[in-house]
Amino acid sequence: MTAALIGLPLLGATLLLLGGRRTNTWGHFLAVAMSASSFFVGVALYIQMLGRSAEERAVGQHLFDWIAVGTFNVPFGLHLDQLSMCFVLLITGVGTLIHIYSIGYMEHDPNRRRFFAYLNLFVAAMLLLVLADNYLLLYVGWEGVGLASYLLISFWQHKPSAAVAGKKAFIVNRVGDVGLSLAVMLMFTTLGTVTFQGVADAAGQGPSLKITLIGFALLLAACGKSAQFPLQSWLLDAMEGPTPVSALIHAATMVTAGVYLIIRAHAIFDLSQDARTAVVVIGAITLLLGAFIGTAKDDIKKGLAGSTMSQIGYMILAAGLGPVGYVFAIFHLLTHGLFKAGLFLGAGSVMHGMHDDVNMRHYGALRTSMKITYATFGLGFLAIIGIPPFAGFWSKDEIISAAFGQNYLVGLATLIGAGVTAFYMTRMMAMTFFGESRWEDGVHPHESSTVMTAPMMILAVGSVFGGLLLKFVGDIEAWLEPVTGVAHPTHPISAAVLIPVTLLVVASGAGYAWTKYAQRPVPVVAPTDVSILTRAARADAYGDAINEAVFMRPGLHLTRALTWFDAKGIDGTIGGVSAAIGGLSARARRLQNGYTRSYALTMLGGAALIAFVLLLARL
Amino acid sequence: MNGEQIVFWICGIFAVVGALGMIISRKAVHSALWVAFTMINLAILYFSQQAAFLGTTQIVVYTGAVMMLFLFVLMIVGVDSSDSLIETIKGQRLIGTLLALAFGGLLLGSITSVARPTVVGLDKANEDYGTNIQGLAHLIFGKYLLAFEVTSALLITAALGAMVLAHRERWEPRKTQAEQMRERTLSGHPTPLPNPGVLARNNSVATAALLPDGTQSQESLPTAFKAIASEDSASKPNEVTQ
Amino acid sequence: MNPNYYIALAGILFTIGALGVLIRRNAIIVFMSVEMMLNAANLAFVAAARETGTLDGQVAAFFVMVVAAAEVVVGLAIIVTIFRSRRSASIDEPSLLKY
Repeated sequence: MTAALIGLPLLGATLLLLGGRRTNTWGHFLAVAMSASSFFVGVALYIQMLGRSAEERAVGQHLFDWIAVGTFNVPFGLHLDQLSMCFVLLITGVGTLIHIYSIGYMEHDPNRRRFFAYLNLFVAAMLLLVLADNYLLLYVGWEGVGLASYLLISFWQHKPSAAVAGKKAFIVNRVGDVGLSLAVMLMFTTLGTVTFQGVADAAGQGPSLKITLIGFALLLAACGKSAQFPLQSWLLDAMEGPTPVSALIHAATMVTAGVYLIIRAHAIFDLSQDARTAVVVIGAITLLLGAFIGTAKDDIKKGLAGSTMSQIGYMILAAGLGPVGYVFAIFHLLTHGLFKAGLFLGAGSVMHGMHDDVNMRHYGALRTSMKITYATFGLGFLAIIGIPPFAGFWSKDEIISAAFGQNYLVGLATLIGAGVTAFYMTRMMAMTFFGESRWEDGVHPHESSTVMTAPMMILAVGSVFGGLLLKFVGDIEAWLEPVTGVAHPTHPISAAVLIPVTLLVVASGAGYAWTKYAQRPVPVVAPTDVSILTRAARADAYGDAINEAVFMRPGLHLTRALTWFDAKGIDGTIGGVSAAIGGLSARARRLQNGYTRSYALTMLGGAALIAFVLLLARL
Repeated sequence: MNGEQIVFWICGIFAVVGALGMIISRKAVHSALWVAFTMINLAILYFSQQAAFLGTTQIVVYTGAVMMLFLFVLMIVGVDSSDSLIETIKGQRLIGTLLALAFGGLLLGSITSVARPTVVGLDKANEDYGTNIQGLAHLIFGKYLLAFEVTSALLITAALGAMVLAHRERWEPRKTQAEQMRERTLSGHPTPLPNPGVLARNNSVATAALLPDGTQSQESLPTAFKAIASEDSASKPNEVTQ
Repeated sequence: MNPNYYIALAGILFTIGALGVLIRRNAIIVFMSVEMMLNAANLAFVAAARETGTLDGQVAAFFVMVVAAAEVVVGLAIIVTIFRSRRSASIDEPSLLKY
């Protein structure tokens, strides 16, 4: 049953990729059907799971022995527990909605079938990632989603920017993948097993230094996949891909794989305070950095990408807080998946109506012409900035509260992040839907078709009620407790104080943005006489520049030096030796001149030499 | 100085002179004669060393058979086949001479450095079976019988090999008499060629016939002698008997 | 008489023969030089036979003569064959088998 979750979309991808042009007419329906049936299987499993008591909910399915070499045994096994179930429902649910949305969004694309095949491939790989029962199999899914991400970012590979962005995402992800492979190898050498259960059982006996190292390696992996500092640079460029891809992969699901990894490996992080601290620091830096970048972006998708970085920063930070935060990290992950997917789909709808223009300075006053988009985007907006009772409030507030329980500095970072989030989201709202219209000539905004708006509406409903449902109906804390354990934070500041303060910060951020962008006219061309901070934010906080200066240029020089050494040193030596032998041989060859008398001369020389030696020996 | 020593010095010096003559002569025929001379001297030296059989064999086999074979081949190849004295391989002559001197020096040095005070002599060995020839026969047909038999195989093989090498395949059908006649008529010389030596001062085959106008007829000479004749005529003008 | 004289004479003749092989280009003369070297060896054999008082040395010389005769027959046949195709008895002429 569990295997069917993965198998169905995988079958869809296989059929579509191998079927070729024959499947062009109905391929997208097949993909949607596969994704949807996977979702229904997931729902059925969820209902089954609900029927069991908390301890018996986790089920394993051993498919076959994958690798069995000596003491190295890796089963190809699936493990469905409460944590995986959250992801299964998110991936298949949001995934199916985005599949449906894509039918409309990609309607005129000649390669729509291929797009859907990749989407199905992604869903299958992501499900494998969250259903694997060992780290090595997780790695397979991890690489699978990386591949799908690469294929989909550079889906419009005729655009050089898209091709480059895909390559960049792939390469930056490799850095993180090295971390994951190191972690898996360290687990095997240190603990002798790579299954989740085995690692969790054995971690306590492992040397603490090794455990910390594994934690850092896992954090590196999470940084790569979840676009956390310092491997964040690829996510902004990844927005070159089609918008449904950005919504599904680069907002709702794949980029949260890092959070899943950390929580899945919580046994490691529970044992290592240092690793946890590193996770918190990375999360805090990224949440501020992402928000900071989001404030200055005029590209609506890049603004949302910055926001995604920031929100995942929240999750990572929460995951780093230990058992206090695990549940809220997942909680925020789920609500974020709903409202960020909705926001991206809204952005896609706006772009659809604006002739694929992504520059918000060319928008304005769209609330009248795109009512449904406006409404759904607005609800997503309220959810992300954390207005009660919308989804984001419940999860984000919990994280801020837990962060204050850990450390005032970390708490302050989350609080500032919430304010900045409110600022850039209000800015986005104001520039897109309010103010006067700044449309380019010949652009006539129109509402998108139902096939696109329907998923947006469903996600908007999720943005509104998702938090409430998860907290009060689903009772996520109790739900996840068997997997992650729950610890209630000691609240140095009571919720009665913290919630109003947070809301005040959010309101002031939103209000400042409103006065700046809704009540004053927005220039059509981005002003250039801006502060150095704005400039930094526009340049993605110089992430690319730093990468280029620190890694690329020295790497280039190193490569040149190595090439030079290879050409002159090694090739020179080898070539020199062979040339010397060749030259010597060419000269020695001259001895074979064909003249019998020369050979006779040599013979006589030899005879003389022998006579000489004999004489010497006797004397 | 006893008789043997006298013989040694005379024949030894002669042998060396003959050997030197061989390598110095420009003409192959002269070389062959010098070799024959050396070999006769060596035969004498064999005699003086109580090797009567070998001495005889030396004369019969070498000077008689081998050297005659050489001369036959020289006739085939052309008596005129004298070397030009310009060395074609660079440094061959100089290096060869130096090396040969060094080698000879080493050889002589090592030979003379060995003291051989006692000479047993062959008197007893020869008398054991009667004479030198009988003694050799006893060894050849006794102790060395196998080697002797093998040499017979060697000689047969060599004879066969020489036949194979010297044999020439006929590539075209034998000419008929009619064809020969046609060729001869068309050659511009239908009559027989003049004989060599006709009207010349001597009747050697190497002397070209004189034509009525006093010029030499190269056509009268066998191919092998054409070059020599032209050489001679260049050095000394042929005297014509009036 | 001391056999060293004979052997020294053999050495001289051998050296002259070797020199002839080296510096003469006429294949027939080269052959004669080889014969000269063989004869030098024979002389040494004969001298040694007398020194040791056995006839084995003479037998050896006898066999050398046989082999030399066989060699001359084949060698001269080769020379004639080469002469036929190249119209030359120069030993430098067949120098195609080279680098």
